[in-house]
Amino acid sequence: MTANYETREHDVLIIGAGGAGLRASLEALAQGASVGVVCKSLLGKAHTVMAEGGIAAAMANVDTADDWKTHFRDTMRGGKFLNNWRMAQLHALESPDRVRELEQWGALFDRTEKGDILQRAFGGHTFKRLCHVGDRTGLEMIRTLQDRGVQQGIDVYMECTVTRLLTDSGRIAGAFAYWRETGRLIVFKAKSIVIATGGIGKAWRVTSNSWEYTGDGMALAYEAGAELMDMEFVQFHPTGMVWPPGVQGILVTEAVRGEGGILRNKLGERFMEKYDPKRMELSTRDVVARSIYTEVKEGRGTEHGGAYLDISQKPAEYVKKKLPSMYHQFKELADVDITKGPMEVGPTCHYVMGGIRVDAETAESTVPGLFAAGEAAAGLHGANRLGGNSLSDLLVFGRRAGLAAAQHAKRVSAPSMDNSQIESAEKELLAPFSNSGTESPYAVHRDLQELMQNLVGIFRTEADLGKALVELEKLRARAAKAGVEGSRLFNPGWHLSYDLKSMLTVSEAVAQSALARTESRGAHSRIDFPKLDPLWEKKHNIIVKEAGAMKRRESPVEEMPGELQQILAAD
Amino acid sequence: MAEATLRVFRGDSNGGQTVDYRVPIAPGMVVLDALHHIQGHLAPDLAVRWNCKAGKCGSCSAEVNGRPRLTCKTRMDDLPQDQPITVLPMKSFPRIKDLVTDVSWNYRVNRKIPAFEPRPGTDWKISQLDVDRVQEFRKCIECFLCQDVCHVLREHDQKEKFGGPRFFVRIAGLEMHPLDGRNRNALLKDELGLGLCNITKCCTEVCPEEIRITDNAIIPLKERVVDEFYDPLTRMFRRIRGK
Ligand SMILES: Cc1cc2nc3c(=O)[nH]c(=O)nc-3n(C[C@H](O)[C@H](O)[C@H](O)COP(=O)(O)OP(=O)(O)OC[C@H]3O[C@@H](n4cnc5c(N)ncnc54)[C@H](O)[C@@H]3O)c2cc1C
Ligand code: SF4
Ligand code: SF4
Ligand code: FES
Repeated sequence: MTANYETREHDVLIIGAGGAGLRASLEALAQGASVGVVCKSLLGKAHTVMAEGGIAAAMANVDTADDWKTHFRDTMRGGKFLNNWRMAQLHALESPDRVRELEQWGALFDRTEKGDILQRAFGGHTFKRLCHVGDRTGLEMIRTLQDRGVQQGIDVYMECTVTRLLTDSGRIAGAFAYWRETGRLIVFKAKSIVIATGGIGKAWRVTSNSWEYTGDGMALAYEAGAELMDMEFVQFHPTGMVWPPGVQGILVTEAVRGEGGILRNKLGERFMEKYDPKRMELSTRDVVARSIYTEVKEGRGTEHGGAYLDISQKPAEYVKKKLPSMYHQFKELADVDITKGPMEVGPTCHYVMGGIRVDAETAESTVPGLFAAGEAAAGLHGANRLGGNSLSDLLVFGRRAGLAAAQHAKRVSAPSMDNSQIESAEKELLAPFSNSGTESPYAVHRDLQELMQNLVGIFRTEADLGKALVELEKLRARAAKAGVEGSRLFNPGWHLSYDLKSMLTVSEAVAQSALARTESRGAHSRIDFPKLDPLWEKKHNIIVKEAGAMKRRESPVEEMPGELQQILAAD
Repeated sequence: MAEATLRVFRGDSNGGQTVDYRVPIAPGMVVLDALHHIQGHLAPDLAVRWNCKAGKCGSCSAEVNGRPRLTCKTRMDDLPQDQPITVLPMKSFPRIKDLVTDVSWNYRVNRKIPAFEPRPGTDWKISQLDVDRVQEFRKCIECFLCQDVCHVLREHDQKEKFGGPRFFVRIAGLEMHPLDGRNRNALLKDELGLGLCNITKCCTEVCPEEIRITDNAIIPLKERVVDEFYDPLTRMFRRIRGK
């Protein structure tokens, strides 16, 4: 076949230009590797830009008693001990340095009286720990990384979607992608690939996530033979907007509660007293989300089926200064002045703790040369992520992935490219143009979102999950028939038809894992198994592709060294 | 259910025309929701950029009823419903398809701007007052609406000589960073054509982040350039003070 594609070569190819991908690229570049970064949107628009509340690091600028051990303990407890302990340890140890580094690259955080980085309270964190810039921390972070990357000379391939990883006898050889703008094809040759593609929330109807969050990275890794881990753990953030309908799901940052926001039901009761009297509104996200859900279900919800979140007891000027984008968001989209009255909030699909299984030190997956970091990787957060621990995750493990990927590229010989893989990837990508078009990818997507929302949501049962798996199979058949209208020039319908495949893969992985885990732990709540099961505390769910089908295995949780166990036991 | 008509540009770099679509209206709906409805039900290949749907990423810029705006923050109920709502791509940038334009020029300008470099020997203590002062510039979400509206780019297409308000904002953020040790005045004057701005303030009017681009970024930068290149005394004084 004559080449229908252009070819580019890099030592390290990074898929994703959010915090994890950009931090990885800076590190790989510092190691002297040639680095390419691919992303589906324009540079600077990845999810990281939307992060609001802050970045967790035990810098002890505000609460001087804080240290890495406490951060480690909080992370493990929040994750219900399913976390990879080594990742949790590295994360707690290294995040202060990663934040300082960001500052040295020009990020400006809010300050304490003494001129140090200011830290705020957040759910599940014992101390005031989140470094922040008002409620636009992610913007500050991504601009800083992006501008440094541009200056250091990374090659960025914007609006370019990877649809297949290429392998050479089981190790990474490159990636196949298309330009969203023109529909033209491009093949990357690379010795190492870092997946930093973020999450999967777009498979649910009510979500804080953008169109990009279709689980591509996990699906790509899975297809290439990598293991996915703990996919049942999907975080529903307790506070998304519920009204008006168009904004349903848009995030209301936890910083509102961190700054003193109070939750009430329609009777005016501060209901968190019932569910977690000690930590109240600053309990972990899984607990707060379930509490709101329960209040609504039992008839104590607000007019539009949520809870009230009130920060108006604080001085108006303070609210506008510390939560400016929340103030504008509610004013402009919901006609609510949050300095005067409460917001209506309810759970929204937000984050996935599960993802690609990686080695704690190097972020390498089970496929040689394939690395993963950020939301796409599993391990750090266990069964539930604490707020602020994602931005720090991106920096700590983005850096580690970039480092290891560059070192790997130095070690190995150039892989050879297999044309048949490229041809089959091309065929698959262009197939929707030859479908007759009775099925619309948008309709399949809507039905998928409805299904995941209703059957694989906050509370789960065996019956629902079983049904979900059957329905997913039907949707897969429909998706395969979905056709597209128009040409290859910037065609969202066509783009969606590929994204759908990723969503279906990760949705199946979530449903299978959720069905198997017969207990309730962290973000995974089974109505039919409402308690923690000590046996499941010792097991991860692993999803792999075997003989063309999705298989689930269990893998033991790694034993924690004695000194870390002592840290956990302390109070 | 109430309906509205959206009159949307359909076409590419070779040309095109507007097409009318009828869209049902729900409470609180924004123009981007209406565009998504069109994609999902009427025209699956309608090209639109978006990400956050909450005014945070600056992807969804277009010209709604002639005004450059974020479509995710433009409420349908703020627009007159008795006539079609026109949605056109940003005019200052080459068209790709429908509402998607080629904004790559902006990324090329950005590359010319030297990043932050700390003054030697800094102890990284910063006062909140200093942070507050530059915060305004760092809020920019790169929607490029100010670039779209500025006549130097829109009417005169001076892309080779002029950086545009977005990048004056970026430079203001760097220059007023309390610890930055670089000087970007020559760049502003020679390569980014700061002098071409005649302070019409159109950019400030469209900025969704309410950055006072002209008053707080451009005018102070113009003063710095004047001080450095046309007023040797102030320049010497600055040197002595270390900035
Ligand atoms: C509204 C909101 C607020 C949040 N607030 C906080 C907070 O305050 N603190 C905190 O710690 N966390 C927060 N989070 C979570 C955190 O922002 C995300 O988990 C994190 O930013 C993910 O970063 P990432 O680098 O892994 O991926 P992203 O930043 O999402 O980047 C993913 C990248 O991968 C690219 N990509 C995906 N698929 C492909 C493909 N097939 N081909 C090519 N490129 C691809 C995308 O284009 C994008 O560039 C928030 C999340 C949301 C949605
Ligand atoms: S003030 Fe200057 S930069 Fe802004 S629109 Fe007018 S000419 Fe352009
Ligand atoms: S300065 Fe304002 S209008 Fe210009 S790009 Fe930034 S946010 Fe948009
Ligand atoms: S979609 Fe992000 S600003 Fe409109």
